[in-house]
Amino acid sequence: MSSLQSLDLKQRSATTSPSPSVRSSVEVAKLIDVSTCIGCKACQVACSEWNDLRDAVGTNVGVYDNPPDLSSESWTVMRFSEYQEEGGRLEWLIRKDGCMHCAEPGCLKACPAPGAIVQYSNGIVDFIEEHCIGCGSCITGCPFNVPRISKQDNKAYKCTLCSDRVGVGIEPACVKTCPTGAIRFGSKEDMIEHASERIVDLKARGYQNAGLYDPQGVGGTHVMYVLKHADKPEIYSGLAADPHISPMVSLWKGALKPLALLGMGVTALAAFFHYVKVGPNDADAEDDDEKSDTSVTH
Amino acid sequence: MNPTTQIQRYTEGERSIHWAVAIAFFLAALSGLALFHPALFWLSNLFGGGPWTRILHPFIGVAMFVAFALMMARFWSHNRIEDRDRQWLKQWRDVVANREDKLPEVGRYNAGQKMLFWVLVVCMITLLITGVLFWRPWFAAFFPIALVRLATLLHAAAATVLIIVIMGHMYLAFWTKGSIKAMMRGTVSARWAGKHHRGWLREKIKQG
Repeated sequence: MSSLQSLDLKQRSATTSPSPSVRSSVEVAKLIDVSTCIGCKACQVACSEWNDLRDAVGTNVGVYDNPPDLSSESWTVMRFSEYQEEGGRLEWLIRKDGCMHCAEPGCLKACPAPGAIVQYSNGIVDFIEEHCIGCGSCITGCPFNVPRISKQDNKAYKCTLCSDRVGVGIEPACVKTCPTGAIRFGSKEDMIEHASERIVDLKARGYQNAGLYDPQGVGGTHVMYVLKHADKPEIYSGLAADPHISPMVSLWKGALKPLALLGMGVTALAAFFHYVKVGPNDADAEDDDEKSDTSVTH
Repeated sequence: MNPTTQIQRYTEGERSIHWAVAIAFFLAALSGLALFHPALFWLSNLFGGGPWTRILHPFIGVAMFVAFALMMARFWSHNRIEDRDRQWLKQWRDVVANREDKLPEVGRYNAGQKMLFWVLVVCMITLLITGVLFWRPWFAAFFPIALVRLATLLHAAAATVLIIVIMGHMYLAFWTKGSIKAMMRGTVSARWAGKHHRGWLREKIKQG
């Protein structure tokens, strides 16, 4: 969203030289404890309020999900799923969805516009909309299906992890408002430690597969979940079990980029030096002796 | 036939459609390269900035495809691969060393030109289909993300092949003097035809 922390950029989209990075800050994380979330959506409201965004009033789709999906104005949504355990017991799983702030962000890798996506040293991945060209490559690159293009201005939007608040030392709006303390914010190290205490507690209560969701396929994330069923993340409204940047995106933004330019460069040089070596292929400048060449016989 | 006699090689319509494709190709390639590699993002300035480059590129691409489809229909029959083309390709060393007298007789197009034609056909169709699959904001949302990712990769790969073969095409036209004039003004000398496209000259003479 904004670039308040412009002296501590870790990465900048479509940029091959170093970004301003003299300042560095501690790696942060938001920890969402799904086991203590009551689905009140106060975080959705706080997000909308702090970021001063008002999504259009939608329609009831028959479930609690409202709005039913992320949008350019709704950067976080609660996803509700009814899960039946093997014993037949029903569990209501509620997951606060939004940007995961990957350590290796697919959106940033795919973005062609210099500086439209940045990653600060604290780990927050931020869209700088004034540099966004609206191509949607971030959607192509994202393993979590998070960025949304606004129909109003064709710019991509998503959760900023309240980079503007974090930049001045306060917690994200959703964290501040959560009435049960299910959302916490702090250094990633502290959040992992806090999660481990929660996991011990959950295991003591019989959730043997309780665990932390910090997927290593994307280098870990700066939004993490405590899940009661960490062995089956997909039961939480399709949370990716093993998210990673697609090999298609890696090839496109990895090997192909330098190889393509190399191929073009080599072609240009080969052509130039061929001309230097062989010279022009000029039929009309050749000796008159070859005139007979045109006397075609039938 | 007098070696300086001018023979019609391309009609006005053929020349016009060729240059229409060429202009669209330049615009599509420059705008596409701007979005492909950070080192070339500055090319987006030619199109009025990043968002305009993103908006214009697919429309230019469709225009290029439409023009190419017309050209393809016109030149399809001249580009069928024949037995003598295989022999010509085997002797590629004689081709690059300009020892044309050692090569088998060439008709309207040599094997290299025919290969260019078919590579262009494949690339253009690939670019059109894959381009539509991730054209935002109009079409991309209708397709599964895995398909969009594959399309993006194939689009970039096909464009790379297209740009490289067109660079080769431009150089060979520059190398073979008289070719650019043939496409600009439509005519070649009988001597030019006799050296480069003897079979075609033979047909022309037969036709009178």
